[in-house]
Amino acid sequence: MGDSAKETVNQKETDKKQPRATRDAYGDALLELGRRRDDIVVLDADLSCSTKTAKFAKEFPERFFNMGIAEQDMIGTAAGLALTGKIPFASTFAVFETGRAWDQIRLTVCYSNTNVKLVATHGGITVGEDGASHQALEDIALMRALPNMTVIVPADAKETESVIYSIVEHRGPVYVRLGRAKVPYVMPDDYEFKLGKGYVFHIGKDVNIIATGIMVGIALEASRMLEDEGIDAGVINISTIKPLDEETVISAAKASGFIITAEEHSIIGGLGSAVCECLSERHPVPVKRIGINDSFGCSGSASELLKFHGLTPENIVNTAKAFINSS
Amino acid sequence: MESPQNGKIRDIERLKEIARNIRITILEMLTNAGSGHTGGSLSAVDVCVGIYFSKMNFRPHDPLWEDRDRFILSKGHAAPLLYAIMAEAGYFPKETINTLRKINSPLQGHPCCKSLPGVEVSTGSLGQGLSVANGMALGLRLDNKPARVYCVMGDGEIQEGQIWEAAMTSAHYKLDNLCAVVDNNGLQIDGRVEEVMSIYPISEKWRAFGWHTIEIDGHDMEQILNALDEAETVKGRPTVIIAKTIKGKGVSIFENKVEYHGVAPTREEFERALKELQNG
Repeated sequence: MGDSAKETVNQKETDKKQPRATRDAYGDALLELGRRRDDIVVLDADLSCSTKTAKFAKEFPERFFNMGIAEQDMIGTAAGLALTGKIPFASTFAVFETGRAWDQIRLTVCYSNTNVKLVATHGGITVGEDGASHQALEDIALMRALPNMTVIVPADAKETESVIYSIVEHRGPVYVRLGRAKVPYVMPDDYEFKLGKGYVFHIGKDVNIIATGIMVGIALEASRMLEDEGIDAGVINISTIKPLDEETVISAAKASGFIITAEEHSIIGGLGSAVCECLSERHPVPVKRIGINDSFGCSGSASELLKFHGLTPENIVNTAKAFINSS
Repeated sequence: MESPQNGKIRDIERLKEIARNIRITILEMLTNAGSGHTGGSLSAVDVCVGIYFSKMNFRPHDPLWEDRDRFILSKGHAAPLLYAIMAEAGYFPKETINTLRKINSPLQGHPCCKSLPGVEVSTGSLGQGLSVANGMALGLRLDNKPARVYCVMGDGEIQEGQIWEAAMTSAHYKLDNLCAVVDNNGLQIDGRVEEVMSIYPISEKWRAFGWHTIEIDGHDMEQILNALDEAETVKGRPTVIIAKTIKGKGVSIFENKVEYHGVAPTREEFERALKELQNG
């Protein structure tokens, strides 16, 4: 093993103890992918230092295309590159990628079914101080509605790395939503992402919390708090929101008869909606959706905003107890 | 007779004859479909015939052949034109044209690359083709392929902001393997382009964005071939051909008529048009 390889391993071990942003894991995975395959190309819309595609750009300038502040053009260009056999990763902030360029994604990525990987950072409320204009709370809904699109929200840096390697093997449009803020490692050491498969931490008999993204860690904390009060609360990480792992969702609903969903996204159109759509047709049980309650975000620190919008273990605990006590 | 499939016809009279046949096929398709875009399909016939049959390398029976030249009809509502050319070139049997706009047809109202191989990318929502053309030009250049990319836009279409984002990109990345065409027929659905939202001056705008521009009479086959030749010789920047055209060209009752933007000919109009084209 060379010195640089040792350094990478040591770096990873150090990082593992400390929370890490999913966008940082993306930057490293993309660079590694670029070293492995020369059909990987990367596009960014003047945010490469924030999305972390800058690492790839530095090592592979001929395969990196800065499109300037022009997201619609970026998506069309990515589609064109895909149509010549490249695997383009197009990155910017989630709000611009999915909102500004939605029709471009619809026509030239999804309808044309091109092999474009949309990896957006700064999803959700934890964007923080930049405020509502920069906080994508509707992106999952926008992408989930598009035929041919796969939608993935990793829970931590480790899962992000696994997701990035995995989606290259999947032919077709993919949307990956990453975050700005550092998040703790929550997935087990031997975990490997499988597209379309949820990860069951454990199935509870009183309630099951189906979570995605940063809410997985928060759900695990809520589960521990509920356990202290004698409530068996299971936790499932649904990182692939589309296609939804319906069998896992249904087995959770059967076990507890009550589901809580938790996402850093509007309660309209995201994970909560996907779970309700599945369960209402296949195994109806009461569902409480925790997320952004049909509102825009605002400025503040990430942790303050999570509290403000009730994206906390305490809110999950209270929601679970309120339902269990009333039934 | 030269076969159009070889894509390399330089005989002006032969190209004009193909263009006349394409016009007839377009009108036949539209009349049978009962809806569709007549005016803008007819205005771009000559330029597109010039591109496909005098310049492009392609294999109708191997539509994804990787060394092919690429053609993107950014003004996707002129789909009947693209289909008529593809039928003429041998991509699919001629009788398929009668399925235009009908259920389960590969000939969708606007081009769909998933239902009709040989269509490079789905279009129909205006303003998007040039970005895709840029991506293809970049991809081909990365692979050191000599193939060229053609992109045909409407003049109303260049009101879309994305066109100008893409225009910056083509010049910024020095895409000299790209040749764009603006089909300047001067009309859009709601009226004359300069009245709805002026795009003039056209050439000056593209030049300011770093493009080589060529202005031609878009119905003069000799000028079309000369412009396409010139575009191949330009290095270090993209070329745009501003083709001055007549909407509905070739059929007097449709020419320069706004109302034939999105309306198909009646059976009676078709018969009149057929006589005119056959005699012309």
